[in-house]
Amino acid sequence: MITERLKRLARLTRPRATPGQALAGILCLLVGFAVVAQVGSSTGETRFATARQDELVGVLDDQNTRLDRLHRDVDDLSRTKTSLEKDGRGDAALNEARRRADTYGILAGTRPASGPGITLSITDPQHKVTADLLLNTLQELRDAGAEVVQVGGNRVVVNSYFLDGPGGVSLDGHTLAVPYRFLAIGDPRTLTTALNIPGGVRDSLDRVGSSVSVTRHDQLTISATR
Amino acid sequence: MIAVIGLAAGVVLGLILHPDVPLWLQPYLPIAIVAALDALFGALRARLEGTFDEKVFAVSFVSNTVIAAVIVLLGDLIGVGSQLSTAVVVVLGIRIFANVAAIRRKLFHA
Repeated sequence: MITERLKRLARLTRPRATPGQALAGILCLLVGFAVVAQVGSSTGETRFATARQDELVGVLDDQNTRLDRLHRDVDDLSRTKTSLEKDGRGDAALNEARRRADTYGILAGTRPASGPGITLSITDPQHKVTADLLLNTLQELRDAGAEVVQVGGNRVVVNSYFLDGPGGVSLDGHTLAVPYRFLAIGDPRTLTTALNIPGGVRDSLDRVGSSVSVTRHDQLTISATR
Repeated sequence: MIAVIGLAAGVVLGLILHPDVPLWLQPYLPIAIVAALDALFGALRARLEGTFDEKVFAVSFVSNTVIAAVIVLLGDLIGVGSQLSTAVVVVLGIRIFANVAAIRRKLFHA
């Protein structure tokens, strides 16, 4: 059976010197040559050599954006450097350090902060608001650029957690009173919009019978600290 | 057999000569190669089915490669070059697979 097939294959591939066969041979030679040429030219070169115009423009754009950003960084840093060099007594250094300590303090939650922001009140008539929902609310606020957040009387910091418990939801071990009150510093318009996204925080809280009210403030002070 | 020898000779020639693909040909050669492969597999299939004809093969080979390259060239001119070359590769790839499947059925009855 197999030998028969092999024979058939041999019969098919037996050389027959006709002009047509020669032509087929030449065409095959061309293909082999072209394949090798192409393989040779596409290996060892960067992707830029064969990239199309729009791809190259995209790459260039990326590089330019990056360059701009780095230039800005350089400017910032050299400004800091000049101001540090200029004063011998270390005033600028002190101010710089203070400024940083403030920033880090606010980020770490050890310092009070104030600025424009919103207060958010979430009722829970059916006792169905879970830690999950509150966490989603917090994440939505953070995504929308909330820099400092306080829930109830507790400052939310980087390792804060919500926990479902028998007495309701707790934040970092402190049971939260209903209605849940969020204070968030950030652009009030952006924060409000983020909460009202269809299918977002407000919708999912509505679904468990909770009502959400948002108040915008030009000046909001968050005094809870760690 | 001559075809196989030709293919091997082409590969050897390419390895020896180390040809550089001219810049104007660079976007079109890969597409042309895929088209040529399609023609080759088509020819092999026709041979196995006993319907092979040298004239048909030569004409289909040349027209396949030229048309494929021209389509991409046209695409480049009207600004959809990369999309069109993808389209050509996909279509030819499907044809190659179909041809190879037919060859496999003929050779192994499976």
